[in-house]
Amino acid sequence: MIEVQHITKRYGRVTAVDDVSFRVEKGEILGFLGPNGAGKTTTMRILTGYMPPSEGRAVVAGFDVFDHPIDAKRRTGYLPETPPLYPDMSVREYLDFVAKIKGVAPRDRKQRVTTVMERTRVADMANRHCGKLSKGYRQRVGLAQALIHNPEVLILDEPTAGLDPKQIIETRDLIRSLAGDHTVVLSTHILPEVAQTCQRVVIINKGRVVAVDTPDNLTARLKGAATMYVQIDAAGADAAAALSAVPGVTRVASADQRGVMAADTVPLAATGPVAFEVESEPEVDVRRDLARAVVTRGWGLLELRPVRMSLEDVFLQVTTEERPEEAPHA
Amino acid sequence: MRNTLAIADKEVRSYFASPIAYIIIGLFALLFGFFFYVYLMAFNQQSQQMMQFGGGGGANINQMMIRGLFQNAAVIILFVMPMITMRTYSEEKRSGTIELLLTSPVSDLEIILGKYLGALTLYATMLLVTMIYMGILFKIGQPEWRPIATGYLGLLLMGGCFLSAGLLISSLTKNQIVAGFLTFATFLMLWIINWPGEYSGPTTRDLLNYLSITQHFDDFARGVIDTKDVAYYLSFITFGLFLTAKSVDSERWRG
Repeated sequence: MIEVQHITKRYGRVTAVDDVSFRVEKGEILGFLGPNGAGKTTTMRILTGYMPPSEGRAVVAGFDVFDHPIDAKRRTGYLPETPPLYPDMSVREYLDFVAKIKGVAPRDRKQRVTTVMERTRVADMANRHCGKLSKGYRQRVGLAQALIHNPEVLILDEPTAGLDPKQIIETRDLIRSLAGDHTVVLSTHILPEVAQTCQRVVIINKGRVVAVDTPDNLTARLKGAATMYVQIDAAGADAAAALSAVPGVTRVASADQRGVMAADTVPLAATGPVAFEVESEPEVDVRRDLARAVVTRGWGLLELRPVRMSLEDVFLQVTTEERPEEAPHA
Repeated sequence: MRNTLAIADKEVRSYFASPIAYIIIGLFALLFGFFFYVYLMAFNQQSQQMMQFGGGGGANINQMMIRGLFQNAAVIILFVMPMITMRTYSEEKRSGTIELLLTSPVSDLEIILGKYLGALTLYATMLLVTMIYMGILFKIGQPEWRPIATGYLGLLLMGGCFLSAGLLISSLTKNQIVAGFLTFATFLMLWIINWPGEYSGPTTRDLLNYLSITQHFDDFARGVIDTKDVAYYLSFITFGLFLTAKSVDSERWRG
């Protein structure tokens, strides 16, 4: 549905987007994840035909956005970073105007306006001037505007920015409900949002695509070394040493409520259970050996489970990995 | 065409939703009325004098009053127009609504024409209100209607040029104040460009006279429609809108 091929965008000497390529299938929700200034907005502006790329091409709903902008734009709904509202217009007037310029047939217009207002929960503010709306309402009117012509493709730049927690949940539900009929690309720097709403993630940093995958796969794939969480009832014993001795284990760290710290900096627990994070070489399943090591010493094995990295860890990992490469240029 | 009208409609609504339209229309009518009063008094005195000394058949109201009135109206327009155009593009850029327009299935030309048409509608309303004074004139005297009609046509065309230049300047900047002042300076320059012509050779003088936006207005104020003047105004308007389209397009490339 969306195909981005080797897009590069330069502003003078600054390269905002550098050779970005990805595809979005029909009905899919793609998350665009990256720190501020990574090139998310620029990429979205190119996809919506707001600006042309310096190099490369983008095809949206079967139309090249540069060669056939009108056809592509007719099939695209776009929520920019700041909702593009006219402060002097009421919400209803505004949506009616947007419907006109988006090419909604005159006889359907009134009905479309009502439908999107209900869907985005702004109907109670229909006659309020856009300039007098709260941030949350502005954002939702912006979303209503993007939906007005029932586009095949939706490009949403930080759709939940400025919403309160309840509204965030409602908006995510709305976006999820759009999948299937619509193809959605949304950008965010809020990590859990991607895991909850998106089927696939593009992580972008400094204008380059760092990773493209499902949230689950990304978490699993980028874990690198496998990590186990082990909780043992071994009062007074040097459990860390025993676990380190297991073949395949590369590192043992204490993991209590205060967070993870290196095992040798933690005094031995006098009483009660102790918890560790045990890292092992990839591809080696150390679970049996860990269990045996604990049980044969007569300690109680309270918990043994693989640790999944949160998307946040993945994100930090992939975006920090880039830095050593960039360093020589600086 | 439908898109152009939709945008023109939006523009007109936004003028009338803010105090701008009312202030501009009101002040223009007030100043026009002031000049009307002054010229009427002057005409009154002169025609009385002419009657006393038995000048043949009374004074010509068209020649003595209307021409001067229209020329002064043109001066007021010079000051008022920047206020109409300064926000057209600048405001959309500042508030980010330009992103909505440029990502809608609407061509740049449709947007520009829509904005131009919107501004022209406001301007035409301004002129329409001043027709009240002309009504008064017809009530108290017997002016010829033709010079009045050509005068209004001239004002419309000249104002159309100002609007087209103003739209171009507004498309160049995000800042309304900058747009407003630049527009005013440009109009003033177009106005006085023929002044040095009085002290230079005939070729330069003719050239500068041709460039001057007000020089072409004089014929209209006298009641003459000269194709040369109409061509000047129409090509000025077209050229301004063309450059605006280029400016919007280049903005897109620069990002």
